[in-house]
Amino acid sequence: MKNIIEFLKKNIVPIMFIIICSICVPISGFSVTYMINEVMTRLTRNAFLILSLLIPIMAGMGLNFGMTLGAMAGEIAIVLVSDWQIWGIPAIVLACIFSIPISILLGLFCGKMLNMAKSREMVTSYIISFFMNGIYMLLMLYAMGPIIPIKHTSIKLPRGYGIRNTVSMLNNRQCIDNALAFSVGGVKIPVLTLLIIAAMCLFIIWFRKTKLGQDMRAVGQDMEVARSAGIDVEKTRIIAMVISTVMAGFGMVLYVQNLSSFSTYSSHSNVGMFAIAALLVGGASVDKASIGNVFLGVILFHTLFIVAPTVGTKITGDSMVGEYFRVFISYAVITIALIMYEIKKRQQKSNAGKLLAEAQNKEEQ
Amino acid sequence: MKERIKNIIAEFGISRLIIVGFILFMFALAPVSGNKISTLLSNVANRFAWNGLLVLSMVPMIHSGCGLNFGLPLEIEAGLLGVTIAIEMGFTGNEAFLAALTIATPFAILFGTLYGFLLNKIKGGEMMIATYVGFSAVSLMCIGWVMLPFKNPVIVWGYTGKGLRTMISIENYYYEVLSGFLRFKLFGVTIPTGAILFFALIAFGIWAFLHTKTGTAMTAVGSNPTFAKAAGINIDRIRMLSVILSTWIAAIGIINYQQGFGYVQLYTAPYSMAMPAVAAILLGGASVNKASISNVIIGTILYQAIVTTTPNVINSLINLDISDVIRIIVSNGVILFALTRKIEEPKK
Repeated sequence: MKNIIEFLKKNIVPIMFIIICSICVPISGFSVTYMINEVMTRLTRNAFLILSLLIPIMAGMGLNFGMTLGAMAGEIAIVLVSDWQIWGIPAIVLACIFSIPISILLGLFCGKMLNMAKSREMVTSYIISFFMNGIYMLLMLYAMGPIIPIKHTSIKLPRGYGIRNTVSMLNNRQCIDNALAFSVGGVKIPVLTLLIIAAMCLFIIWFRKTKLGQDMRAVGQDMEVARSAGIDVEKTRIIAMVISTVMAGFGMVLYVQNLSSFSTYSSHSNVGMFAIAALLVGGASVDKASIGNVFLGVILFHTLFIVAPTVGTKITGDSMVGEYFRVFISYAVITIALIMYEIKKRQQKSNAGKLLAEAQNKEEQ
Repeated sequence: MKERIKNIIAEFGISRLIIVGFILFMFALAPVSGNKISTLLSNVANRFAWNGLLVLSMVPMIHSGCGLNFGLPLEIEAGLLGVTIAIEMGFTGNEAFLAALTIATPFAILFGTLYGFLLNKIKGGEMMIATYVGFSAVSLMCIGWVMLPFKNPVIVWGYTGKGLRTMISIENYYYEVLSGFLRFKLFGVTIPTGAILFFALIAFGIWAFLHTKTGTAMTAVGSNPTFAKAAGINIDRIRMLSVILSTWIAAIGIINYQQGFGYVQLYTAPYSMAMPAVAAILLGGASVNKASISNVIIGTILYQAIVTTTPNVINSLINLDISDVIRIIVSNGVILFALTRKIEEPKK
């Protein structure tokens, strides 16, 4: 009995989501094939991005709100590749390669900053994402054109410099998703994308077992202990950030090839928020996340995302309500997860204090 | 002599010195770019009067150790409820202003109590959670603005008859009720006396409060919780009080902002209100756990000077409208700077 309560307590967020989904899906009236198809599309679109959050959590740096930096790097690479009129899979590969140096630079910056703000990593990475958004806008709106040559009018703003609000990658539309794809009973299975995501999962599992991965876990457990064990804490944390940022850059390229266009000035922030919310919905917490959390989270979160507008309209008669509701859900999930993490942390602290007091009492007796 | 100058600079902060220098440089460029310095200064004075109270609302929470108040959007919602209900009840003209303040107060106390209760549960993680509590509140209220049974045609969408408008003009209500009061011109600079007096009144109130017994207790809780506990102060109660106070000032602050700005902005507008206020107080020399009224005044003036003059001057010099980008970079850059400084950790 106690175990069941403990289990419920630990998994309250996913359970709540399963309940909400099981109420909302029938109300929406969507067919099963449609739902599975949509969930599959969104799974392949987002899973890679969410996987990029795992390594900083392992290194004890919390939810990496700075993953938007990687997304920005991916977007910059895509804009350049689209302007060079490279199409198909080579374009995707080139965009990935091109995003790496930008991601590394941004990751280094983010890691250095977070080392200066230990124990306030999350709020700092959150502000970094906003700050970098400003720099990114400066680059995209004013430097693209006069400083970095952009030729194509389909990308450039009519005024002669700056990037349009939406950049289309129609020529590369789902070129990875469609390679090796087949469909089962009307559900399209994008094999190559799934293989890439699987490779990523394998990489993370392998990485955990390497020396560096072990170091990161040690740093995540206790920075001081890790330092006295001879681990370069600062460097390890920076590496965690760099890996996460590079991965987020790849994730963004995959995301855009699936969607075939992105809104230049808002995609990255949305992607960051939804990735974090999805991970938390999957049952992850600020200090612990597994690959299982990623997939459960993507499926649950995006099921709700697909049905929310329709359900909102059906219940209230106003189409905007569903829209607001899903934004509310994303924020609320993040809020609840953060609160639960802090409460848990405090309980552990007071428990440790109690144990210490008891031990002292015993000694005195 | 050299030492003294060094001390003065250290006390004022290099970063602020750079910013002041930058602003002065912009003002020097103003005549070249065809902007009148008096117009720019009027802008700063006006915007100071709009934003002062929102920035002031940070002070009690910083004092009690709750950190920078990123939850400002939640507190603003209390003020917005006050305004919309006052208009719905049929108050017009300047009465609507008083009514809005009055109606906002119980909401502020309610929201503040809940918010304070939550923040007491999660000591140490306030800033991140406050951000998301604010966002959740705004998105929840977005649904609220659509669903709540408001009827007054002035604030409800015309064609459907339900759901509030995103922007409500207060032209016929309390537009410039304070800013217009005793307004005068000094060397071509317009001074919104009423609004500044209103700010001064509340700022003085807070200053006086911080010097009462409860106020000192609040500072003690923020700077040294262990000592405060030993001195028999009920920490949770003091923190709760500071949050309620913050919420009330923010609720009043947004109504004051509207009377200068001329519009009530509902739905997603409050999302972006926390960052400028946080940035302003940090720019004024406050840190994550220390803030004073003078930080508020200096910070608001500096921040508003940057975000109003820089775009104006640059825009007319090289014909580039980069006001938004500059605002984003400056406000978040300042917050980032403050977060990465070493703060004096309270002794445990």
